[in-house]
Amino acid sequence: MVDIVKQPGRLRRAPENFLSEAEVKAVGEGRRDFLRKSFLTAAGAAMTAPMLARASEGDANILQNPEWTTTLGQPVAVRPYGLPSKHESQLVRRESPGLTRVGAASVSFAPLQGMFGIITPSGLHFERHHQGWYDIDPARHRLMINGSEPAFVKQAKVYTMDELMRLPSVSRIHFIECGANTGLEWGNVAVPTVQYTHGMLSCSEFTGVPLKLLLDDCGVDYRKARFVLAEGADGSSMTRTMPMEMVESGEVLVAYGQNGEMLRPENGYPLRLVVPGVQGVSWVKWLRRIEVGDKPYATKDEAVHYIDLLPNGQHRQYTSVQECKSVITTPSGGQALLDKGFYNVSGLAWSGRGRIKQVDVSFDGGINWQATRIEGPVQNKSLTRFNIGWVWDGKPAILQSRAIDETAYVQPTYGQLRLVRGTKSIYHNNAIQSWKVDESGEVSNVQVL
Amino acid sequence: MSRFSRSILVLALAGATSAGFAFDHYKGIGRQATPAEVKAWDIDVRPDFKGLPKGSGTVDRGQEVFEEKCASCHGTFGESNEVFTPLIGGTTKDDIKTGHVKGLSSGDLPQRTTFTKVATISTIFDYIQRAMPWTAPKSMKPDDTYAVLAYMLNLAEIVPADFTLSDKNIAEVQKLMPNRHGMTTDHGMWPGASAAKGGIGNGGKPDVKNTACMKNCKTEVRIGSGLPDYARDAHGNLFDQNRSFGPVRGIKTGGAAAAPVVATANAGSGPLDLATRSGCMACHGVNNKIVGPGYNEVQARYKDQPDAAARLALKVKNGGQGVWGSVPMPPNGEMKDADINTLVAWILSGAR
Repeated sequence: MVDIVKQPGRLRRAPENFLSEAEVKAVGEGRRDFLRKSFLTAAGAAMTAPMLARASEGDANILQNPEWTTTLGQPVAVRPYGLPSKHESQLVRRESPGLTRVGAASVSFAPLQGMFGIITPSGLHFERHHQGWYDIDPARHRLMINGSEPAFVKQAKVYTMDELMRLPSVSRIHFIECGANTGLEWGNVAVPTVQYTHGMLSCSEFTGVPLKLLLDDCGVDYRKARFVLAEGADGSSMTRTMPMEMVESGEVLVAYGQNGEMLRPENGYPLRLVVPGVQGVSWVKWLRRIEVGDKPYATKDEAVHYIDLLPNGQHRQYTSVQECKSVITTPSGGQALLDKGFYNVSGLAWSGRGRIKQVDVSFDGGINWQATRIEGPVQNKSLTRFNIGWVWDGKPAILQSRAIDETAYVQPTYGQLRLVRGTKSIYHNNAIQSWKVDESGEVSNVQVL
Repeated sequence: MSRFSRSILVLALAGATSAGFAFDHYKGIGRQATPAEVKAWDIDVRPDFKGLPKGSGTVDRGQEVFEEKCASCHGTFGESNEVFTPLIGGTTKDDIKTGHVKGLSSGDLPQRTTFTKVATISTIFDYIQRAMPWTAPKSMKPDDTYAVLAYMLNLAEIVPADFTLSDKNIAEVQKLMPNRHGMTTDHGMWPGASAAKGGIGNGGKPDVKNTACMKNCKTEVRIGSGLPDYARDAHGNLFDQNRSFGPVRGIKTGGAAAAPVVATANAGSGPLDLATRSGCMACHGVNNKIVGPGYNEVQARYKDQPDAAARLALKVKNGGQGVWGSVPMPPNGEMKDADINTLVAWILSGAR
């Protein structure tokens, strides 16, 4: 049975009302011993919770003004850089024990189970580092643009942060998802909560310069140079290939801003690539160099890692797009519903191919579906919040969400995905997530085929 | 017309003639990169070996370098699974002939090693050159990179023990890579032009097709798997990972192995920060063994020895092997003596 702490703000009924019908009948039959016990329990609860008022009067939090209503609060700028409430300490980035053995080449997951809307607070943005992170001195950071052949650019150039921040900028909201998000779950259920199943996912407003503008400034030969290599300034100097078509679309940004401030060091301060719709590994952090070339590069993170194993033993290489996906975040695995009655079921949907068109939710494991209310405005390659009302009747239920994007692609089931890709692919698991609610109200992670 | 309003007119005309920005050149932004600057940063090596530096290295030399710089994480034979997944193993002579690692499809592989996956030898050269060794990336000269790669190729039984790998013969060795035909780009997840149009893949066609059925979509709900008990408890107390108010609570789960909260990133200057910055924590835990012993174990062993500080300082500087097992501790010659002494004193005082 779920052990839920007493719900605050509810008025406790008088002890005689604690009795069930059977107990009332027992009292009628002359057995009063446990009635006495009920009184004792009620008295004990009142003593451990002195704020609890007698039901006849009302809630002590109303009847007696708390200290924050009756004393002087704190002045401005006590915290020059603001912090979350001390009551919010549970919702932090966390590692999944045993997933990696070296913290500098590891992952921390965002606490999706307690987040609202679509923007990830920068301090809760998931982390993935390949060789540790640095807080780089922006005055010493440089961006170089060159060609694999000198002739592919009229001029190889170097830019400082001063110069990049003088250029025309754009601000756009995009999701970023690690290609390995939900990767632990390809074979079977492995982790308990949405933080660990889907938490390598974040969404921010990014501000920066379209990469196209910089390539134009260097005089790139777009006829010959159809591939772009991005490289980081960290120890791993991580590299990934992307198609020139994406750069030409104007979507790829060289970004310095994140949610109104500079990027956080863990997210690539002072400069990162933003490649909307593409897995996080291509959003090279601490970006120091762009090379335009005529062939893909088969770098370590596109030839040893971030390759998707198929049942026939072949690996898919250069898989980049994050296909349409969604997940219910409230309620979700590892949580318990407080009681029967009304709930706002809420979740996130996203697609690397564009805008979310529709999200459906099922409460019976996928037999019947209902369209949800989508919070607008719906943005391109951005997280999208969906909500739907639900009255829980206390019976077991299986909650699922299914997203559809503007290309009419419908998020697949585990059965459909495994039929093509098997269970060892690691990357690009966008299957429909199921949460089972049992009679106690506990929500747990299950896979419906 | 004043000079001011005339210049506005000119700007307006410029804006009218071009749909986008009215500038074709961002005057004063950026400067030409010098050849030396491009050479310093443009270190990538492509599968067609564009960018490959000249040089060569023998298997023997590679073994020396590997034992000094690589074995502490990867094991002497590239087989270690302690810090990273193994580099070597899982490939056969037959795979070298066919170019397909059979274990990937037969299911005989307990674990995929680097050599069971990688199709392109350039990838390994590029990666060693840009990112290895772990705590001192980009410190290896091209000849030593060739040597280390030659040693790994020999461990994987791709080249003989007397082999010398060089920029001249690396293309020949590529033809022996055990999984050289193991990659496919026939998929819809490349966000650019299709292979038919000079790009990669099928032009974005998805490989699964679900339908948006709304009513009576199936007759039964088949549950493939549920959360195993050990997994329910493996991420600490979930009650503490949810708000204490709102529509739900976290369930109380046991397990001492609480999911560690990621340490707050203080830009501190204490000994722990020094150890982290210096790369020590990649192999040593404060209270646990990783590759090397935990600092608690080091303290327990040395705390009563009067010359312990001096002896440990020498071990940090010059490296060592044998006291804690066969995995060697690499030398840390680049560290300042004062920093080494600070770390040793901290470890011997209990690393707190």
